[in-house]
Amino acid sequence: MNKKTYKKIYELQKKIRFVEEKISLNYQNDLMRCPTHLSIGQEAVAAASGLALNKKDISISYHRSHAHYLAKGGSVKKLFAELHGFEEGCSKGIGGSMHLTDLKNNFYGSTAIVSNSIPIGVGLAYSLKLNNQKNIVCIYIGDASVEEGVFYESLNFCIVKKLPVVFICENNFYSVYTHLDERQPKNRKIYKLAKAIGAKSHKLKQDNPFDLFLNFKKIFEKVRKTNFPHFIEIETYRFLEHCGPNDDTKLGYRTLKELNSWKKKDPLKFARNFLVKKNIFKKEKLDSLDKNIFKNVNTDFSHMLNLKQPKFNRIKNLVYKK
Amino acid sequence: MNITYAQAINLALTEEMKRNKKLICFGLGVNDGLKFFGTTKGLKEKFGENRVFETPTSENAMTGIGIGMSLYKNPCVMMHQRLDFFLLAMDQLVNSGAKWHYMFGGTRSVPITIRLVVGKGWGQGPTHSQSLQSWFAHIPGLKVVMPSLPSDAYNLLKASIRDPNPVIFIEHRWLHGSEEKSLVKKNINKQIGFSKLLCTGNDFTVVTYSLSTIEILALKKDLNKNNIYFDHIDLQTIKPLDLNLVKKSLKKTKKLLVLDTISHPICSIGSEILSQIFLDKNIKLSKAPLLITLPDVPAPTSTFYTKDYYISKEDILKNIENLINKKINVKIKNIIHDVPDSKFKGPF
Repeated sequence: MNKKTYKKIYELQKKIRFVEEKISLNYQNDLMRCPTHLSIGQEAVAAASGLALNKKDISISYHRSHAHYLAKGGSVKKLFAELHGFEEGCSKGIGGSMHLTDLKNNFYGSTAIVSNSIPIGVGLAYSLKLNNQKNIVCIYIGDASVEEGVFYESLNFCIVKKLPVVFICENNFYSVYTHLDERQPKNRKIYKLAKAIGAKSHKLKQDNPFDLFLNFKKIFEKVRKTNFPHFIEIETYRFLEHCGPNDDTKLGYRTLKELNSWKKKDPLKFARNFLVKKNIFKKEKLDSLDKNIFKNVNTDFSHMLNLKQPKFNRIKNLVYKK
Repeated sequence: MNITYAQAINLALTEEMKRNKKLICFGLGVNDGLKFFGTTKGLKEKFGENRVFETPTSENAMTGIGIGMSLYKNPCVMMHQRLDFFLLAMDQLVNSGAKWHYMFGGTRSVPITIRLVVGKGWGQGPTHSQSLQSWFAHIPGLKVVMPSLPSDAYNLLKASIRDPNPVIFIEHRWLHGSEEKSLVKKNINKQIGFSKLLCTGNDFTVVTYSLSTIEILALKKDLNKNNIYFDHIDLQTIKPLDLNLVKKSLKKTKKLLVLDTISHPICSIGSEILSQIFLDKNIKLSKAPLLITLPDVPAPTSTFYTKDYYISKEDILKNIENLINKKINVKIKNIIHDVPDSKFKGPF
């Protein structure tokens, strides 16, 4: 892997982290008035997969999708504007945090109902195939997605029709505040479930985001070449509450010990140490990269002050296409 | 040669598949031996199995897959042999199909047509006979179309397929065999959202759609023989609902009968029509309007129960007598109530 790729992976993770932290820090100002699910702790999967996809590849996601949107190339400014309810948002402020889109980069959309976007991604893949396109569709899901019937229906169709789909399952162990062990049998592995249905299935680790990127790249090329669905499970962890900007260990559904154990193996921390230790970048270089990303995120955020309150009148005719 | 409703649908599908090379048709039964009540005959042979395909029994996923395909480059016609099965797909229909264009700021729409068949009689019972147009009409982002005659089915299906939005196209099973002498081809751009005047008269105004249109057409001769003449308006489209002709007619007749004979009464299309008429200050009725619906009870299966459950010709005539205050002399032949005609046999 060349230096440029290392840099890209590191920067993208960092950018997502800064964006999410910016939202978290400012959420209590009550200007972002929509349910917001932050990806802090889960950036590595998004960054590595987003960069492993081609621009023409399609991705689609679920409620915790800021990272996926940004990783596919989505504009930070438009994300902030969307959360603030401005017409300049990626969905004109109609969708909010859970309904992001960026067609220019083929991020078709994220939707709020668990597993809702899965069959839509599959339909996009079928259409790609019928139109002889060589692109693939990446469908981001969570651990709870495999508890919905539509997941099985969609995966089955993918296999019957041999579609270029890759499922990336971010298993963060909690559906809202309910642990996986209460929702699925303890010894059954999600990726084995997908394998039993007939998909090629893998379990990857997020700890080293550079390795993760290479693994993604390999699997994506296989999907592209063979037109066959692959499923990837990755264990990950969100540092903040399910929905909102705060720490939530006080709720008692998870322990501080558990949270800290995941913070210790934060892939972003790993990436930084790795780059310095392997002498790929000097610490000072990374500091200056960080500073630059931080500055850009802040500028994009301050841009919100210049936006005008939009009027409902301007959007009410968007229900139907004329 | 006469053309049936099912043949009209088949012709519309064939012509649209030819017209738009990207159009896709799918559903359970599209390519089976019965060819979806004959409506998909010849499609696979003409357009190939990529464009006309059988699906897994996965209503919810298949709806999402259709939405995904139509978001990319392939508008779709999805079909279900009974509406009731489509209830498994409400998440995809309501949360995705209906919302997509609006929710993402008008960037891309979902050109999907969903054909749903409603059953009646021959023991269709509680879960094979529901006609839920009022559910669908309630959702912003959906259009709902319910043609009555073969020509309507032909023109409206073409219009639905060309519409850039999701359209719910509801066919009553009893209409598939109904016939017209020939197809009346109309301007496709002026189909969805336009009601139609079928006949005129001064005694009262009757509003129908889908099966109820046929029910009133079957009584027309007898009513005319009794010197009773009426304005008959067929809605054609449930959403957007066009009541312009109805309102115009009511200014003349001042008497309204709404035949919503395949709906339950609460929050029905019939009650919606009455509400809109009531809210219009310019309309003064000379008598309280009448609305005929099914009871607020699911359809039973037994043929002995359905005799009382479904709306009969006598029920309709009695209501008309009430509305215009006049005795009607009609000899009603002893008919079997749970089939559309003597040729129709079950099981479905």
